[in-house]
Amino acid sequence: MNLKFHNKKISGILAVLPEKEVRFEDEIDNYNFSKSQSMKLKLVMGYNKRRIVTEGTTCSDLCVYGMNYLFEENLLNKDDIDALILVTQSPDHFMPATSHIIHGKLGLKQDMYCVDITQGCSGYIIGLNQAFMLLEQDEINKVVLLNADVLSTKVSKRDRNSNPIVGDGASITIVENDNSGRAIYGMVKVDGKGADALIIPAGGFRTPSTLETAKQTVDEAGNYRALDHLKMKGDDVFNFVQREVPPMIEGLLLNAGLDKEAIDYFMFHQPNRFMLRKLADKIGVPHEKIPNNIVENFGNASGVSIPTAITFNLGNKLLKNSFLVCMAGFGTGLNWASLVMQLGKLQFCELINYK
Amino acid sequence: MKEEILQILSEIRPEFDFSESSDFISEGLLDSFDILQLVTALDELYNVSIDGMDILPENFKSTEAITTILIKNGVLQ
Repeated sequence: MNLKFHNKKISGILAVLPEKEVRFEDEIDNYNFSKSQSMKLKLVMGYNKRRIVTEGTTCSDLCVYGMNYLFEENLLNKDDIDALILVTQSPDHFMPATSHIIHGKLGLKQDMYCVDITQGCSGYIIGLNQAFMLLEQDEINKVVLLNADVLSTKVSKRDRNSNPIVGDGASITIVENDNSGRAIYGMVKVDGKGADALIIPAGGFRTPSTLETAKQTVDEAGNYRALDHLKMKGDDVFNFVQREVPPMIEGLLLNAGLDKEAIDYFMFHQPNRFMLRKLADKIGVPHEKIPNNIVENFGNASGVSIPTAITFNLGNKLLKNSFLVCMAGFGTGLNWASLVMQLGKLQFCELINYK
Repeated sequence: MKEEILQILSEIRPEFDFSESSDFISEGLLDSFDILQLVTALDELYNVSIDGMDILPENFKSTEAITTILIKNGVLQ
């Protein structure tokens, strides 16, 4: 599905990452594979270090920390916020919505729109689409888009398939109306038949957590995990991404009337280095235009990976400059979504540590 | 080309004799992560980028299958 928005802009991006860092080598003995095998894989996939929360830290903690930072630095005025969207797969509770918990902790006004959206790897694009739609309302002039996930706590430490890549984090993106006349083009696609490609089988209402679901078993490849843990069908996800993302980008740019050479940066979701290099080759753009350095430095925190890639790779450059950026998220759902927009002259674009 | 492929395979999984195997996948010599390493090594050696759509186990089950996929991706025999 093609989407088009007019007169909308991003005015600031903040990434909030936990201070705790885990190195691949520190966990290598957890895995049921030889060290030499795992070290070879490290180079190909970009395993290195990742940021994870300490026990008890939740999405609302990361978001509230970041929001308070923006208030204290006078980068955001509390009363200007007309809508708060939280995109997460790891809410503080089943109920109430975590966005409401954040609303309460921050003491925001009652006369506003506040909602949780359950989305993963495409969550940044989906959240931006929702923000753009909300801005069509006369009384909504500023939307705070929060992306946050703390899924490291749901990954088996003995699962080399997922554990080395999963990180935690949050991001805050301010989305506003703009009078530039510029259009933002988007595309969204979904295939719910692939819902089990990335799944935490137990812990919801379908299969509540029990002692039985906490028992770990070994899979064909030698990874140990329980039904309470995240399970990724790595081969299926890889093939899905290689099959679906390049034509989506081609269709998006065609719809926008843009050549790929006109795009300054392709800020994509960050599953691993190998997958992103293959995508760059398939789409036909230089590797340096598609940063792939987030997994190796911070881990993949689902929908937070794109704003992390933007703040880490462009950061201060976006305060004075403006770039034509194509963003794409793809993964759990299965869901894949993209947009192309002018990004720059931001009020803030930085990455801070949650302490 | 076959000797070069066997050399790469032996570096990825030195514990196996790939020349004695008729199906690297079904006989358990290569798993999906080994295939990613193999693709990376082949890309570097032959200065190509094997299409992500071709990275399927059946395309890496033998030296013949690997040769076929390399040719498909622009490597001259």
